[in-house]
Amino acid sequence: MGYDASNPMKDRITDVGPRDYKEFLPPVIKRNFGKWLYHEILEPGVLVHVSAAGEKVYTVRVGGARLMSITHIREICDIADKHCDGYVRWTTRNNIEFMVDDEAKLKPLMEDLEKRKFAGGSLKFPRGGTGAGLTNIVHTQGWLHCHTAATDASGVVKAVMDELYDDFGRMRFPAHVRISLACCLNMCGAVHCSDIAILGVHRKPPMVDNEYLANMCEIPLAVAACPTGAIKPATVEGKKSVAVNDEKCMYCGNCFTMCPSMPLADEEGSGVAILVGGKLSNRISVPMFSKVVVPFLPNEPPRWPQTVEAIKKILYTYVEDAKKYERLGDWAARIGWERFFEKTGLPFTEHLIDDYRFAYTTWRTSTQFKF
Amino acid sequence: MAKRKTPMLDELENGKWPSFISDIKQEAEAREKTNVDLQAPKEVCNDLLDILELSYKDREGHWKHGGVAGVFGYGGGVIGRYCDQPEQFPAAKDFHTLRVNQPSSYFYKTEYLRQLCELWERRGSGLTNMHGSTGDIILLGTTTPQLEEVFWELTHNLKQDLGGSGSVLRSPNCCIGKARCEFACYDTQQACRALTMEYQDELHRPAFPYKFKFKFDGCPNGCVASIARADMSVIGTWRDDIRIDQKAVQAYVGGEFKPDAGAHAGRDWGPFDIEKEVIDLCPTHCMAWNGEKLGINNRECNRCMHCINTMPRALRIGEDTGASILFGAKAPILEGAQLGTLTIPFMKIEEPYDELKGLIEKVWDWWSEEGRNRERLGELIQRMGFAKFLEVCEIKADPRMIREPRSNPYIFWKETDVPGGWERDIKDFRKKHQK
Repeated sequence: MGYDASNPMKDRITDVGPRDYKEFLPPVIKRNFGKWLYHEILEPGVLVHVSAAGEKVYTVRVGGARLMSITHIREICDIADKHCDGYVRWTTRNNIEFMVDDEAKLKPLMEDLEKRKFAGGSLKFPRGGTGAGLTNIVHTQGWLHCHTAATDASGVVKAVMDELYDDFGRMRFPAHVRISLACCLNMCGAVHCSDIAILGVHRKPPMVDNEYLANMCEIPLAVAACPTGAIKPATVEGKKSVAVNDEKCMYCGNCFTMCPSMPLADEEGSGVAILVGGKLSNRISVPMFSKVVVPFLPNEPPRWPQTVEAIKKILYTYVEDAKKYERLGDWAARIGWERFFEKTGLPFTEHLIDDYRFAYTTWRTSTQFKF
Repeated sequence: MAKRKTPMLDELENGKWPSFISDIKQEAEAREKTNVDLQAPKEVCNDLLDILELSYKDREGHWKHGGVAGVFGYGGGVIGRYCDQPEQFPAAKDFHTLRVNQPSSYFYKTEYLRQLCELWERRGSGLTNMHGSTGDIILLGTTTPQLEEVFWELTHNLKQDLGGSGSVLRSPNCCIGKARCEFACYDTQQACRALTMEYQDELHRPAFPYKFKFKFDGCPNGCVASIARADMSVIGTWRDDIRIDQKAVQAYVGGEFKPDAGAHAGRDWGPFDIEKEVIDLCPTHCMAWNGEKLGINNRECNRCMHCINTMPRALRIGEDTGASILFGAKAPILEGAQLGTLTIPFMKIEEPYDELKGLIEKVWDWWSEEGRNRERLGELIQRMGFAKFLEVCEIKADPRMIREPRSNPYIFWKETDVPGGWERDIKDFRKKHQK
């Protein structure tokens, strides 16, 4: 029994959808579904939720790398079988949550998680990611698996989280801080509303592989893909191809997405931009976009020191200076962006002034500035 | 054991944060030792590490652009991926990905996860993402002949389908909802599942101009980030009064309960000050505290959640709950990033979700008709105008939909709006006005 390549349509099952979440809910969750009254963070990474029926569920949240082997998942299953009756869940930010229905089960679970380390020495299950602190970085594939990446993802995230590690496990920030990484402008992980966004960017216009382009690409689609109209059809050495007006190119990479014969990535040209001050909760202030405050830093594997340094500078200036409940973007808006650059020491250059579609809405049209 | 040295990757085994390099290495080692009849190359993890080391050295990726891969009858769910140095890294030269549609809010039984691990050990690289950005379980890396085998086993043995990729409805996603959150204004998990099941055809067979995402947030805190990244965001809200337990309010003021559910416990912020921390921070200034009693002018409340987040034991969401529906959020490619635009201030979100489905289908009809290739809904709305979008949705304009009215007077009137219409005779004009 199994797939029969000589008769691929035999017994084919399609459109069954995902498994029903109701099969996977732990009994204490099932019993109290929709009846939760309140929650409390008992310590970093440990939550209790209390239901109207008086029942409690205790959650231990631990960080994880988004890239995960089945060996590691099996270890998670072993832990869940031992302590949590065979149930476990993940969060939207790549954390893992182990839940127990009795406070007495918490300590053995936490001790079990703490002692587990990878062969290289890193922790398998660091506890934290709750409250006014740092949680896990959501990110994309990077060089490990993607063809459009301008930087790596998992490696940069590891480098940043190692440096900020202590703040994953404590809650001393003015408010939540959400860091996200997208390894190119396609942002398959949308990072444009993050407190701190790490974004892979290119700085060189695409090369044109004239010899193969006509075979690989639909030329009209490549031309239409360009948002600034920088691409036109051209015949080069008798072959149908395209020409790029380098002056008009903003290196978005949309042409490469449509046409493999127009690669952009480059050792020197590609790297990282940093955006800050975005949020998507409606709490106090409305959701906001992140703004570019570092236009470019080079790719520096394996530890991206300049990127890590810039993030630390921004983050810890905010942590010292902001008021309680103030998100990074609220803080920057209150003190003014001229102060933001002064306090963080980040250089302000013309690259940070918008010149795309809604540019004018970001220029100062008043005399209300600070010296 | 890696075939070649990976000094840069090895550096990423140091430090406290879980090392994905150590994890890949442990999988490589497990593949060395296993008795399982591996169907994908045994060396795949080692070759993957070597590819990544080379990328670190070159500071450029080493994957080819695209490549066709898939399963019969579906246009999505599989991402073809080929290494651009296949001779150097034969075990990872084909490294295709399958997206497996996740269950609502990522709860699992270990029994299911173990089945999935067994399948992926035998027929893939043994590497996954838990989870991808859209929400799917990502099975990372296998060869072309394994794709149908994996799909067969997924559907037959795990009763589990693939997720979306390409110009389809992407796997819908939701927050934890009523399963473990007191703020959930509707059952996000069930809404997510019901719509996923309703639109299986749209999810698996590309028929749209581009991708389309549904995301379900249970409240305005927005834990699944729908407002920033979903073409349709369903965000829980309520239209009656915040429920107040005055005794519990006093317990917060008296320092008996930890404010913000203990979220600020890592620093000494001084004693809780309800005036400074709640009343003054309320964006609509609709709250008052007289030393004994908390008052909320609910009509003026915009449900930002701050007071409820800060005093969860004292304040609860209202009882007449439903959702606000916003359309058009997306990342920057191509015309710039957009947040969702509030289109339906309030809708009841209850099974069988007919009202919601009716709305979705109107929007899809219009977008399929008018949308250009690779034009997200948000961009189409910008190009055609929000007023046109309201007409498509058959809803009336409402000041709740805008931040402020237009400041330019370039109003597009319809001919039927203007008495007498637009047909006029220049001769009649000339009778009154000489040339």
